[in-house]
Amino acid sequence: MSQVAEEVELARRLIAGDQTAFEPFVGIFQQKLFQYSYLSCGQREDAEEVAQETLLKVFQSLDQLREPDRIRPWVFRIARNLCYMKRRKSIFAPEVEFSLEELGPSFREEGGRRRLEIADWSALPDSLAMNAELREILSAAISGLPDIYRSVLLLRDVEELSTEEAAGVLGVSEEVVKTRLHRARLAVRKTLDSSLMAVGGA
Amino acid sequence: MTKLECRQIFAMLSEYLDGELPPEMCDQIESHIHGCSPCVEFVKSLETTIRYCRRMALEHQPAPLPENLKAELLASYRKSCGLDS
Repeated sequence: MSQVAEEVELARRLIAGDQTAFEPFVGIFQQKLFQYSYLSCGQREDAEEVAQETLLKVFQSLDQLREPDRIRPWVFRIARNLCYMKRRKSIFAPEVEFSLEELGPSFREEGGRRRLEIADWSALPDSLAMNAELREILSAAISGLPDIYRSVLLLRDVEELSTEEAAGVLGVSEEVVKTRLHRARLAVRKTLDSSLMAVGGA
Repeated sequence: MTKLECRQIFAMLSEYLDGELPPEMCDQIESHIHGCSPCVEFVKSLETTIRYCRRMALEHQPAPLPENLKAELLASYRKSCGLDS
Protein backbone atom coordinates (compact mmCIF):
# COMPACT_ATOMS: atom_id res chain seq x y z
CA MET A 1 0.00 0.00 0.00
CA SER A 2 1.36 3.46 -0.87
CA GLN A 3 1.94 5.98 1.88
CA VAL A 4 -1.02 8.11 0.71
CA ALA A 5 -3.33 5.09 0.53
CA GLU A 6 -2.26 4.08 4.04
CA GLU A 7 -3.03 7.57 5.39
CA VAL A 8 -6.44 7.60 3.68
CA GLU A 9 -7.24 4.16 5.06
CA LEU A 10 -6.28 5.22 8.60
CA ALA A 11 -8.44 8.36 8.29
CA ARG A 12 -11.36 6.29 7.03
CA ARG A 13 -11.05 3.90 9.96
CA LEU A 14 -10.79 6.72 12.50
CA ILE A 15 -13.91 8.41 11.14
CA ALA A 16 -15.72 5.08 11.31
CA GLY A 17 -14.86 4.91 15.02
CA ASP A 18 -11.99 2.39 14.81
CA GLN A 19 -9.72 3.52 17.62
CA THR A 20 -6.96 1.06 16.68
CA ALA A 21 -6.08 3.46 13.83
CA PHE A 22 -5.24 6.22 16.33
CA GLU A 23 -1.64 5.22 17.19
CA PRO A 24 -0.44 4.60 13.61
CA PHE A 25 -2.14 7.79 12.41
CA VAL A 26 -0.44 9.86 15.11
CA GLY A 27 2.91 8.19 14.37
CA ILE A 28 2.81 9.00 10.66
CA PHE A 29 1.46 12.52 10.91
CA GLN A 30 3.56 13.70 13.84
CA GLN A 31 6.67 12.88 11.80
CA LYS A 32 5.32 14.48 8.62
CA LEU A 33 4.06 17.58 10.40
CA PHE A 34 7.32 18.03 12.27
CA GLN A 35 9.34 17.92 9.05
CA TYR A 36 6.93 20.24 7.26
CA SER A 37 6.88 22.71 10.16
CA TYR A 38 10.63 22.57 10.69
CA LEU A 39 11.27 23.48 7.06
CA SER A 40 8.48 26.02 7.15
CA CYS A 41 9.16 27.77 10.49
CA GLY A 42 12.91 27.17 10.59
CA GLN A 43 13.00 26.41 14.31
CA ARG A 44 12.84 23.15 16.15
CA GLU A 45 10.75 24.36 19.09
CA ASP A 46 8.21 25.97 16.76
CA ALA A 47 8.08 22.79 14.68
CA GLU A 48 7.36 20.61 17.71
CA GLU A 49 4.60 23.00 18.76
CA VAL A 50 3.03 23.26 15.33
CA ALA A 51 3.00 19.47 14.93
CA GLN A 52 1.29 19.06 18.30
CA GLU A 53 -1.21 21.91 17.82
CA THR A 54 -2.08 20.61 14.36
CA LEU A 55 -2.75 17.11 15.66
CA LEU A 56 -4.98 18.56 18.36
CA LYS A 57 -7.01 20.56 15.83
CA VAL A 58 -7.19 17.52 13.55
CA PHE A 59 -8.70 15.33 16.26
CA GLN A 60 -10.98 18.08 17.55
CA SER A 61 -12.56 18.46 14.13
CA LEU A 62 -12.16 15.05 12.53
CA ASP A 63 -15.95 14.71 12.29
CA GLN A 64 -15.87 17.60 9.79
CA LEU A 65 -13.64 15.76 7.33
CA ARG A 66 -16.17 14.57 4.76
CA GLU A 67 -13.69 13.05 2.32
CA PRO A 68 -10.98 10.87 3.89
CA ASP A 69 -9.26 10.90 0.46
CA ARG A 70 -8.35 14.49 1.18
CA ILE A 71 -6.76 13.86 4.57
CA ARG A 72 -3.34 15.13 3.49
CA PRO A 73 -4.42 18.53 2.12
CA TRP A 74 -6.84 18.90 5.03
CA VAL A 75 -4.12 18.31 7.65
CA PHE A 76 -1.60 20.52 5.86
CA ARG A 77 -4.07 23.34 5.56
CA ILE A 78 -4.28 23.42 9.37
CA ALA A 79 -0.48 23.16 9.71
CA ARG A 80 0.07 25.84 7.11
CA ASN A 81 -2.04 28.35 9.03
CA LEU A 82 -0.29 27.58 12.31
CA CYS A 83 3.16 27.86 10.68
CA TYR A 84 2.21 31.16 9.16
CA MET A 85 1.38 32.58 12.58
CA LYS A 86 4.62 31.24 14.07
CA ARG A 87 6.76 32.50 11.27
CA ARG A 88 5.36 35.96 11.60
CA LYS A 89 6.47 35.87 15.20
CA SER A 90 9.93 34.40 14.57
CA ILE A 91 11.91 34.56 11.36
CA PHE A 92 11.25 37.34 8.89
CA ALA A 93 12.38 36.28 5.46
CA PRO A 94 12.09 39.12 2.98
CA GLU A 95 9.08 38.67 0.69
CA VAL A 96 10.84 39.14 -2.60
CA GLU A 97 9.61 37.83 -5.91
CA PHE A 98 12.05 35.90 -8.06
CA SER A 99 12.33 36.58 -11.76
CA LEU A 100 13.10 33.78 -14.21
CA GLU A 101 16.05 35.81 -15.45
CA GLU A 102 17.91 35.68 -12.16
CA LEU A 103 17.26 31.95 -11.69
CA GLY A 104 18.02 30.88 -15.23
CA PRO A 105 21.08 29.24 -16.67
CA SER A 106 24.11 31.42 -17.23
CA PHE A 107 26.44 30.82 -20.11
CA ARG A 108 30.02 31.53 -21.02
CA GLU A 109 31.69 31.51 -24.42
CA GLU A 110 34.44 28.97 -24.77
CA GLY A 111 36.22 28.29 -28.03
CA GLY A 112 33.34 29.82 -29.98
CA ARG A 113 30.81 27.57 -28.24
CA ARG A 114 28.27 28.54 -25.66
CA ARG A 115 28.74 26.59 -22.46
CA LEU A 116 26.53 26.37 -19.43
CA GLU A 117 28.01 27.58 -16.13
CA ILE A 118 27.20 24.63 -13.94
CA ALA A 119 28.80 22.50 -11.24
CA ASP A 120 29.44 18.81 -11.76
CA TRP A 121 26.17 17.13 -10.78
CA SER A 122 27.10 13.76 -12.24
CA ALA A 123 28.90 12.56 -9.12
CA LEU A 124 25.92 13.16 -6.84
CA PRO A 125 24.27 10.15 -5.23
CA ASP A 126 20.78 9.07 -6.32
CA SER A 127 19.54 9.41 -2.81
CA LEU A 128 20.42 11.76 0.03
CA ALA A 129 20.27 8.96 2.58
CA MET A 130 24.01 8.68 3.05
CA ASN A 131 24.90 12.31 2.62
CA ALA A 132 24.23 14.39 5.71
CA GLU A 133 26.05 17.45 4.38
CA LEU A 134 23.93 17.58 1.24
CA ARG A 135 20.78 17.11 3.31
CA GLU A 136 21.74 20.10 5.45
CA ILE A 137 22.38 22.24 2.37
CA LEU A 138 19.02 21.23 0.89
CA SER A 139 17.18 21.85 4.14
CA ALA A 140 18.78 25.32 4.47
CA ALA A 141 18.01 26.11 0.81
CA ILE A 142 14.34 25.30 1.33
CA SER A 143 14.07 27.11 4.68
CA GLY A 144 15.72 30.17 3.18
CA LEU A 145 13.17 30.59 0.38
CA PRO A 146 10.72 33.48 0.68
CA ASP A 147 7.43 32.20 2.10
CA ILE A 148 5.39 32.32 -1.12
CA TYR A 149 7.86 29.94 -2.79
CA ARG A 150 8.73 27.76 0.19
CA SER A 151 5.08 27.06 0.98
CA VAL A 152 4.42 25.79 -2.56
CA LEU A 153 7.58 23.69 -2.79
CA LEU A 154 6.96 22.04 0.59
CA LEU A 155 3.43 21.02 -0.34
CA ARG A 156 4.11 19.98 -3.94
CA ASP A 157 7.55 18.38 -3.81
CA VAL A 158 8.24 17.42 -0.20
CA GLU A 159 4.69 16.40 0.78
CA GLU A 160 3.71 15.49 -2.78
CA LEU A 161 0.30 17.10 -2.88
CA SER A 162 -1.21 17.63 -6.35
CA THR A 163 -1.27 21.08 -7.93
CA GLU A 164 -5.00 21.26 -7.23
CA GLU A 165 -4.60 20.22 -3.57
CA ALA A 166 -1.74 22.68 -2.98
CA ALA A 167 -3.80 25.47 -4.55
CA GLY A 168 -6.65 24.61 -2.15
CA VAL A 169 -4.37 24.64 0.91
CA LEU A 170 -2.80 27.97 0.00
CA GLY A 171 -5.93 29.66 -1.34
CA VAL A 172 -4.36 30.56 -4.70
CA SER A 173 -5.02 29.46 -8.28
CA GLU A 174 -3.38 26.41 -9.84
CA GLU A 175 -1.55 28.70 -12.25
CA VAL A 176 -0.01 30.56 -9.32
CA VAL A 177 1.06 27.25 -7.77
CA LYS A 178 2.76 26.22 -11.02
CA THR A 179 4.55 29.54 -11.48
CA ARG A 180 5.79 29.67 -7.90
CA LEU A 181 6.79 26.01 -7.85
CA HIS A 182 8.98 26.45 -10.91
CA ARG A 183 10.75 29.44 -9.40
CA ALA A 184 11.13 27.71 -6.04
CA ARG A 185 12.73 24.65 -7.65
CA LEU A 186 15.03 26.84 -9.71
CA ALA A 187 16.10 28.76 -6.61
CA VAL A 188 16.87 25.55 -4.69
CA ARG A 189 18.70 24.18 -7.74
CA LYS A 190 20.76 27.34 -7.88
CA THR A 191 21.71 27.11 -4.20
CA LEU A 192 22.72 23.46 -4.61
CA ASP A 193 24.69 24.36 -7.71
CA SER A 194 26.57 27.13 -5.91
CA SER A 195 27.37 24.80 -3.02
CA LEU A 196 28.65 22.14 -5.41
CA MET A 197 30.80 24.68 -7.22
CA ALA A 198 32.27 25.86 -3.91
CA VAL A 199 33.06 22.27 -2.91
CA GLY A 200 34.38 21.27 -6.32
CA GLY A 201 36.29 24.51 -6.81
CA ALA A 202 34.74 24.85 -10.26
CA MET B 1 20.19 26.77 -31.41
CA THR B 2 19.36 30.30 -30.39
CA LYS B 3 19.36 31.61 -26.86
CA LEU B 4 15.71 32.52 -27.12
CA GLU B 5 14.74 28.92 -27.69
CA CYS B 6 16.61 27.77 -24.59
CA ARG B 7 14.94 30.48 -22.57
CA GLN B 8 11.47 29.50 -23.75
CA ILE B 9 12.17 25.89 -22.84
CA PHE B 10 13.57 26.93 -19.51
CA ALA B 11 10.36 28.74 -18.51
CA MET B 12 8.31 25.56 -19.04
CA LEU B 13 10.63 22.96 -17.53
CA SER B 14 8.72 22.27 -14.31
CA GLU B 15 5.46 21.76 -16.15
CA TYR B 16 7.29 19.56 -18.61
CA LEU B 17 8.84 17.41 -15.87
CA ASP B 18 5.50 17.22 -14.02
CA GLY B 19 3.74 15.98 -17.15
CA GLU B 20 1.44 18.99 -17.18
CA LEU B 21 2.06 20.13 -20.77
CA PRO B 22 0.11 19.10 -23.86
CA PRO B 23 1.83 16.31 -25.87
CA GLU B 24 2.69 18.53 -28.86
CA MET B 25 4.49 20.95 -26.55
CA CYS B 26 6.39 18.06 -24.95
CA ASP B 27 7.48 16.91 -28.43
CA GLN B 28 8.81 20.37 -29.23
CA ILE B 29 10.71 20.54 -25.96
CA GLU B 30 12.17 17.08 -26.38
CA SER B 31 13.34 17.76 -29.91
CA HIS B 32 15.06 20.93 -28.70
CA ILE B 33 16.67 19.33 -25.66
CA HIS B 34 17.91 16.41 -27.72
CA GLY B 35 20.25 18.67 -29.67
CA CYS B 36 21.19 21.11 -26.92
CA SER B 37 23.78 19.99 -24.38
CA PRO B 38 23.39 23.02 -22.03
CA CYS B 39 19.66 22.22 -21.79
CA VAL B 40 20.38 18.54 -21.13
CA GLU B 41 22.69 19.43 -18.25
CA PHE B 42 20.30 21.99 -16.85
CA VAL B 43 17.31 19.63 -16.99
CA LYS B 44 19.32 16.91 -15.23
CA SER B 45 20.25 19.26 -12.40
CA LEU B 46 16.62 20.34 -12.00
CA GLU B 47 15.44 16.73 -12.00
CA THR B 48 17.98 15.88 -9.30
CA THR B 49 16.80 18.83 -7.20
CA ILE B 50 13.18 17.69 -7.42
CA ARG B 51 14.10 14.09 -6.61
CA TYR B 52 16.01 15.21 -3.53
CA CYS B 53 13.08 17.32 -2.32
CA ARG B 54 10.76 14.33 -2.73
CA ARG B 55 13.03 12.16 -0.61
CA MET B 56 13.75 14.83 1.93
CA ALA B 57 14.36 13.44 5.38
CA LEU B 58 15.49 15.64 8.21
CA GLU B 59 18.36 14.86 10.51
CA HIS B 60 16.14 15.81 13.41
CA GLN B 61 13.36 13.67 14.73
CA PRO B 62 10.51 15.09 16.77
CA ALA B 63 10.55 14.32 20.48
CA PRO B 64 8.00 11.66 21.44
CA LEU B 65 4.60 13.16 22.23
CA PRO B 66 4.11 13.68 25.97
CA GLU B 67 1.69 11.09 27.40
CA ASN B 68 -0.70 13.76 28.69
CA LEU B 69 -0.93 15.28 25.21
CA LYS B 70 -1.56 11.87 23.68
CA ALA B 71 -4.36 11.34 26.16
CA GLU B 72 -5.78 14.75 25.21
CA LEU B 73 -5.62 13.87 21.50
CA LEU B 74 -7.39 10.60 22.10
CA ALA B 75 -10.08 12.26 24.21
CA SER B 76 -10.59 14.90 21.49
CA TYR B 77 -10.91 12.17 18.89
CA ARG B 78 -13.43 10.18 20.92
CA LYS B 79 -15.50 13.29 21.58
CA SER B 80 -15.38 14.52 17.98
CA CYS B 81 -16.46 11.18 16.54
CA GLY B 82 -19.10 10.59 19.22
CA LEU B 83 -17.47 7.47 20.68
CA ASP B 84 -18.20 8.47 24.28
CA SER B 85 -21.94 8.91 23.92
